[in-house]
Amino acid sequence: MVNPVLFWVIAAITVIPALSLLFARKAVHVAMSVVLVMVGLATAYVALGAPFLGMVQIVVYTGAVMMLFLFVLMLVGVDQREELKETIKGQRWIGLFTAAGLGAFLVSIVGRTVLPTAEVGVQGEPDVIAVMLFEKYVLVIEVLGFLLITAAVGALVLTHTPRLKPRRTQLEVQRDRVLMGADPVNKPMPGVYARHNALDVPALDPEGQPIEHSISRVLKVRNQTVEGEQWRAQLEDPSHQEGDR
Amino acid sequence: MDPINFVILASILFAIGAAAVLLRRNAIIAFMGVELMLNAANLALVAFSRMHGEIDGQIMAFFVLVVAAAEVVVGLAIIIAVFRARQTISLDEPAELKG
Repeated sequence: MVNPVLFWVIAAITVIPALSLLFARKAVHVAMSVVLVMVGLATAYVALGAPFLGMVQIVVYTGAVMMLFLFVLMLVGVDQREELKETIKGQRWIGLFTAAGLGAFLVSIVGRTVLPTAEVGVQGEPDVIAVMLFEKYVLVIEVLGFLLITAAVGALVLTHTPRLKPRRTQLEVQRDRVLMGADPVNKPMPGVYARHNALDVPALDPEGQPIEHSISRVLKVRNQTVEGEQWRAQLEDPSHQEGDR
Repeated sequence: MDPINFVILASILFAIGAAAVLLRRNAIIAFMGVELMLNAANLALVAFSRMHGEIDGQIMAFFVLVVAAAEVVVGLAIIIAVFRARQTISLDEPAELKG
């Protein structure tokens, strides 16, 4: 028999986070709550005499499946907003009543069912499970192996994007860049040739003229740059020394 | 406490998962609803296993777990493929395919 306190704790940490599936706005919050639900279910399995299944639940669900969900969320963008316009009129209420009716139906049926409970439950230790899996259900295990391979190949096929054009080599990229009239070498770093080693000062060319495009565009937009003129003046006037500043 | 209470808990979780599938438009959240329904079935199987004193229910739950993992892989791949084609994961968008 299961401790009532344990049951209510499990019920609380499964049902309450599960409700976020209906009410939470952000998919990331939903995913984290579902992780909590999975941990609660793993606790329930251990309490019901299935310790191996509880561990597998934590490893597979919280460790692998929900993290896969989070990866896909990152891939498609976390801020995918949900359209609130209904395509089918009254879909929200129809769905809500259908689901609530299903829940009420199931709960009422199960609640009035009286089933005998075995006094001594069997403990689903790994060795017991292993003997059962590879003796009685060995064919099912093999079919599941086929299923997993098919799923892996299917995922590869579905996410594969064929290359439409041949891959451009580095040589071709560089050749195109020169043909387009771009600078064949890197842009000068800011402040390198000036007597000031900072990002907000333009570099000076060999004639002492500031090179305007050596400063980051971002700094220019923010008005955080320094004119190069004063450094040029220092170059021309030898009385200015580095130590003056 | 009788293990039948866990079956009632599983029913509630199943209903919540079904509601999420029916109500949410975000494909990933609806998919998590499917996962919740599968897990509710698992919980019922384990509770029945405890009630019968047999281990077969746990083996069935294990199989459901494996099938669910395979299903997640393919389902998420489909979501990514749809997102690549349409730049959205809303479940209502593919309805425009029928023209």
